[in-house]
Amino acid sequence: MSKINLTIDHIQVSVDKGATILEAAKKLNIKIPTLCYHEDLCVAGNCRVCVVEQMGSDRLVPSCATPASEGMEILTNSLKVRNARKSVIELLVSEHRAECTRCYKNGVCELQHLSSEYLIGEDGLIDLVALKNYTIDYFSPSIIKDDSKCIRCQRCVRSCDQLQNIGALSVAYKGEKMKIASFFEKPMYEVVCTNCGQCVNRCPTGALIERNYIDEVWSAINNPQKHLVVQTAPAVRIALGEALGMESGNIVTGRMVAALRRLGFDSVLDTDFTADLTIIEEGNELLQRLKGALVDKDPEVKLPMTTSCSPGWIKYIEHMYPQLLPNVSTAKSPQQMFGALVKTYYANKIKVDPEDIVSVSIMPCTAKKYEANRPEMHSSGYKDVDLVLTTRELARMIEQAGIDFKALENEEFDSFMGVSSGAAVIFGATGGVMEAALRTAYEIVTGREVPFDGLNITPVRGMDEVKEAAIKIENPLPEWSFLDGVELKTCVAHGLANAKKVMDSVVNGKAQYHFIEIMACPGGCLGGGGQPIPTNMEIRKRRTEAIYREDEGMPIRKSHENPEVVKLYEEFLKKPLGHKSHELLHTTYTPRNRY
Amino acid sequence: MAKKNLQRLDLIFKNEQDGEQILTKTFKRSNQDIVNDLIISGLKGRGGAGYPTGLKWKLASEAEGDFKYVICNADEGEPGTFKDREILSQVPVKVLIGMAVCAKVIGAHEGYIYLRGEYKFLVEPLTEIIDDFHVLLNKIGFDFRVKIFLGSGAYICGEESALFESMEGHRGEPRNKPPFPTQAGYRKMPTVINNVETLAHTYSIFKYGPDKFKDLGVQDSRGSKVFSVSGDTPIPGIYELEFGMSLQKFVEDFGDGDAKAVQVGGASGFCVPRKKFENTKIGYQGKLTGVSLPTGGSMMIFNSSRSMYNVLHNYLEFFVEESCGQCTPCRVGTQQLLLGIEAVKKGEKSSEYLEKLLGLAENMRVTAKCGLGQSVANSFSSIVENFKEEMIY
Repeated sequence: MSKINLTIDHIQVSVDKGATILEAAKKLNIKIPTLCYHEDLCVAGNCRVCVVEQMGSDRLVPSCATPASEGMEILTNSLKVRNARKSVIELLVSEHRAECTRCYKNGVCELQHLSSEYLIGEDGLIDLVALKNYTIDYFSPSIIKDDSKCIRCQRCVRSCDQLQNIGALSVAYKGEKMKIASFFEKPMYEVVCTNCGQCVNRCPTGALIERNYIDEVWSAINNPQKHLVVQTAPAVRIALGEALGMESGNIVTGRMVAALRRLGFDSVLDTDFTADLTIIEEGNELLQRLKGALVDKDPEVKLPMTTSCSPGWIKYIEHMYPQLLPNVSTAKSPQQMFGALVKTYYANKIKVDPEDIVSVSIMPCTAKKYEANRPEMHSSGYKDVDLVLTTRELARMIEQAGIDFKALENEEFDSFMGVSSGAAVIFGATGGVMEAALRTAYEIVTGREVPFDGLNITPVRGMDEVKEAAIKIENPLPEWSFLDGVELKTCVAHGLANAKKVMDSVVNGKAQYHFIEIMACPGGCLGGGGQPIPTNMEIRKRRTEAIYREDEGMPIRKSHENPEVVKLYEEFLKKPLGHKSHELLHTTYTPRNRY
Repeated sequence: MAKKNLQRLDLIFKNEQDGEQILTKTFKRSNQDIVNDLIISGLKGRGGAGYPTGLKWKLASEAEGDFKYVICNADEGEPGTFKDREILSQVPVKVLIGMAVCAKVIGAHEGYIYLRGEYKFLVEPLTEIIDDFHVLLNKIGFDFRVKIFLGSGAYICGEESALFESMEGHRGEPRNKPPFPTQAGYRKMPTVINNVETLAHTYSIFKYGPDKFKDLGVQDSRGSKVFSVSGDTPIPGIYELEFGMSLQKFVEDFGDGDAKAVQVGGASGFCVPRKKFENTKIGYQGKLTGVSLPTGGSMMIFNSSRSMYNVLHNYLEFFVEESCGQCTPCRVGTQQLLLGIEAVKKGEKSSEYLEKLLGLAENMRVTAKCGLGQSVANSFSSIVENFKEEMIY
């Protein structure tokens, strides 16, 4: 590739053709401030914070959107640049409801940082917020949208369009009225929004935030009448450290458990336990569907079957492909299976009235908040999961409690419902549910382990947009003889833009899969909307490595070997897809409007 | 009231019936010769930005793309400009010939006239003329079709890259540049986009040769220009004049004898006060022409009964509404300028606040994404600096 030579602040640098000035500056460790720029998204070039001076040019150029060219001389910190940049920041502050001390993003707001760095003072421009009629959309259980804090950088619009291919948020009106809006400015919970929170994760200010339930959790913890149960999703333990001053890629499972205990939870349990349970139920459902389709030729049995763990994906398919809802596994997500069991089986076991249990979950996800609030999620007779916190909210609680997270000693989950396998941990990465399901289903059918070195089904791992893998079933056990010679075709996609590609090929008949795993967020749950900010490909890759490291280190690697799961079936559920399972662990879906 | 000795020209609007002949003659020439003629003629874009037309065609002819497009920008939205409407009403064939020759030079088979939404009444007559023109093209055996694309009323869509976005069915928002239209324009393909008047001028160059065109005008501003004259003038209307005229001469010819300022180039242009009429010429900016002002052709004359505060207020209201809202300096800056002058006028801000606003305008000029935001400073600074007392009292 041909090289481009230029100077930035009088320092020579050579970059590949096509690289931007911003990228060239990064190479020299020169930091140019940005706002609308995000590594995961296409370049917008609309905030103008990153402008730099190009010698010989009267106007400044946006470094994020301008390709480096041969012989270019760039100044990133000349007086002209500083004045212009300060002016742009001052303009943004003037249209932003800058009540920082009362803002959820106080301390982590990118505009606040810039305003402080450039010493934006009191004697600034006219406050535009006071002149406009802003409304706050706080109707969604997942996401709060406050237009008065929006600086129109359109990162949310690009996240929703480019990563998720949904367009729940787009630009409306022009000039002074220009704003980011949903369809006909309806509340977020009424439109195609999947609550995935990718917009929340990328919003530089407090315009899009998760609805937080921190104070509700504190109240419950401090209510002596209540028994507090907490479950933690697989992807939380490999990212929580980032929000508490640690590098990405650290596994903090033991510290997280210790911290939760110190916060005052009575029982610290693991969503991974129900992830293993999900594999048993969903795996058996897949085998039952295969039998129905291949042996009984039942037209009511739909293949391919898709996973159902990701609530963003569920809401997406309800809106976008309602005709394919019969293809979705009826198995609830691990969070909701956990919730249903806590207020039935677990309550009975520990002899506590389910009425007095507050079931809290810690999720990498904003859509889980919506999921917990679905009307159908009351199969225990109570709200199965009472309160859902994101990874970020948990980090905030740990800070509030004055816990020195890094100094904590590792502790173990409580039991019962605290034991899990490596197969459950990898639920947090794209391809993980598929891999976990295959480890179990293949063994059920053949009596042998999956034919992959170290149980690592590498074809379904990694950041490729759509991954395909096929496993040929040979010499099955007698009861599965109808599967002899069948090549089980699977597909894995992460991010809803990729999900769309896969589902379109299912709709038009081009794809002949048996089993499809879809995760709504890029990289799977580890890239979830409720995860620590920032996110980018590099960070997601480090989180992924951590997840597979955690799997490798687990004594049990297969869901069906989880002893607590085995015991749960013996004591309570009796058998997969049995009566109790249907009552507590399976659900139904609702077709929704496409706007 | 009849005015004497107007330095008028009659090139553009001259009704010539030799379209077929000129087209046939030009098509026989090599692409290089045609481009060279345009370069020699010194023709620059008449929409206001003044990019050399010959160079634009040359770059597009050299660019690689599966398709190429010729687009006539007829989204005439600059306040005080109404010349393109007249050109398309009176001599549309000249524009079509310019488009066809451009298509031949760059290798395009599709052309569009992006017509301002408010000019819907022109669709029917234009369609008839385009149909006839297609017959003529068939006759000479050139595969090129022109379609009309009707805008929806946003001023910003006159900006070329916003215009492409609008044609592609997106929000009319300017793109980052580079790439420029000649590299990646409509549908990301090499595109020549010319103003209506520019294309009409190419006809004269094909017919009379580049030297005749070059003889008109001055150093960096060659040929004639069609002006839309409005405001305090007894003879508002469309006039074709030679480049290089001083504003003094202009107000003598067109003013009502009491002109205190002329707004050259519409809301996005410059305001020239009386004391600078003598030393200001109308033309593109260049080394040899001294203080000269580029313009898409809008000339608004204000006499001493006018409040320049009201004039500026009106322009700013226009920008506040017509900014696409995409980039910070334009979206927020226009609102701040408008509210700022209101606050100074009301006494809510001290007169020193005007200095801050002038600084803001300058920063908008150097940071805004497109010509709209960049040019707000033109009218703002020239009016505030020359009529400061009117802003305060």
